[in-house]
Amino acid sequence: MANIIVLVKQVPDTNARIVLSGDRVDLSAVKKVMSPYDEFAVETALQHRESSGGEVTAITVGGAGADKVLKDAKAIGVDNIVRIDCDASLDSNALQSILASVISSLGAEVVYCGKSAADTGAGSTGPGLAERLGWASVSNTISVEFGEQLSVVTPAAGGNARINVPLPAVVSCDKGNIKVRKPNVKGIMQAKKAQVDVRSVDVLASTVSVVAHSMPPAKPAGKSYQGGAAAAEVAQLLRDEANVI
Amino acid sequence: MTETIVIAEIVKGAVHPTTAELITAALALGSQPVVVVPCTDASVADGAAQFSGAARILAAKSDVFSNYDAAGWASALDAIAPAGIIITSASPQSKDLAARLAARRGISVVQDVVQIEGGNLTSPIYSGKAMQTVSLSGDAVVTVRPNVFAAAASDGSTDVSVVDTTGNVATAVQEFMARASTRLDVAEANIIISGGRGMGSPANFTHLEAIADTLGAAVGASRAAVDTWDDIPHSMQVGQTGKTVNPNLYIAVGISGAIQHLAGMRSSKYIVAINKDADAPIFQHADYGIVATWEEALPVLQSTLSTMMA
Repeated sequence: MANIIVLVKQVPDTNARIVLSGDRVDLSAVKKVMSPYDEFAVETALQHRESSGGEVTAITVGGAGADKVLKDAKAIGVDNIVRIDCDASLDSNALQSILASVISSLGAEVVYCGKSAADTGAGSTGPGLAERLGWASVSNTISVEFGEQLSVVTPAAGGNARINVPLPAVVSCDKGNIKVRKPNVKGIMQAKKAQVDVRSVDVLASTVSVVAHSMPPAKPAGKSYQGGAAAAEVAQLLRDEANVI
Repeated sequence: MTETIVIAEIVKGAVHPTTAELITAALALGSQPVVVVPCTDASVADGAAQFSGAARILAAKSDVFSNYDAAGWASALDAIAPAGIIITSASPQSKDLAARLAARRGISVVQDVVQIEGGNLTSPIYSGKAMQTVSLSGDAVVTVRPNVFAAAASDGSTDVSVVDTTGNVATAVQEFMARASTRLDVAEANIIISGGRGMGSPANFTHLEAIADTLGAAVGASRAAVDTWDDIPHSMQVGQTGKTVNPNLYIAVGISGAIQHLAGMRSSKYIVAINKDADAPIFQHADYGIVATWEEALPVLQSTLSTMMA
């Protein structure tokens, strides 16, 4: 029996256009979804439960609007859903500190998360949380096998490495060959009725503050050519003009 | 002057040239770069001695560094690195290390920085659809995207001092599975040639492979290609749910330029697009755009490059 935790985050749909209002991103018109890599983490957590028994608890950090991502996780099959009530923008130190305190109070043998969230792309939460808990960590896994230890596969220079990970541990998941299960009708009905366990926490002051958001600098128009024969000229320019080959 | 700690990027046991870019980033913060080289053999640190601008070099010597383990590396580096801002590469391994090292020191981490100006740090968010600029009010660990900052010159000769360190390794490598092909992975390569559904079939990727081998490049693919063809593995996928890449040269063939794909490669230094559809969005991001079928363009590209590289 294992207490398994999976971290989920609500992010803008990855196909959404991002717009600014003044010098801040304006997400008011954007659909929110579970960060895609978190889906792989949820699937891995459920497979772990099927292998060892136990319970899966999904945790998110956010305001009441973030309950939806927990209900989505519940519909797919997690047992418990917990929201750490905090709507503020947090730096990695503040975020990982509140996650570590709630996870310590819940107790767990393993935490799964996505390799990064689709909004920040940072990938800091898994390894940072592990350090705070004093646990092992491994990131960007493409396969996880369950036992007294985990046996995971992760990319390494020139190939992949199979790594033994002692528990407790935090594992951040990449896609690999995982096929994620979809919610069924029963799951969706259960999710509707499910109670979110809302936890309030003290939050540390952030030392990283957002100054501004902006659009990426527009790229100057490039050179364009018609017909495949131009590939010869382009190849020459890559050496003479761009100096990249 | 304050010191900024630069953790040298180590690839296959040697100092990677991107370390010279990290020195430039440290200087942009207005501080003196102290280069820390994780190594099992102190001679590895000699590979950083020629980088101009480094105030000093510490060879951090420990058996811990023989295989990557986040807990072991973070504890061994924390033990010997001075206080201050720490800079690493934004490679997947070093981003992981940076997060763990920051947490160990109870400070924050700022990932994927592409610009440093007046002490403010700018990184792409939403996979490059927007940028975020932050300020720091304390020490932090900062990771820097490769191929963005200019490399420090190589005319230095900084002395190396050796410090022994140790750490608590948590995980154990059971086996290393080398890729069957000697070709680089998209996450490692400085040149990438990628194919999309416009390639028609996975078998046609051999044309991309031939050019990749001529250039020492990696072969990538769009999500559409990966989702359509089982023979194109997810490890090749460049884009928002695949790998984010920053090569010097990215050649997109038969790729329309969906927002998903652009998110993973738009910050490449130079982009070449080959597509038969002149209205394909990829052309708006290309430095060199060729409106042609791949059947027309690739043989010409291959033969020209073969001559040039010979």
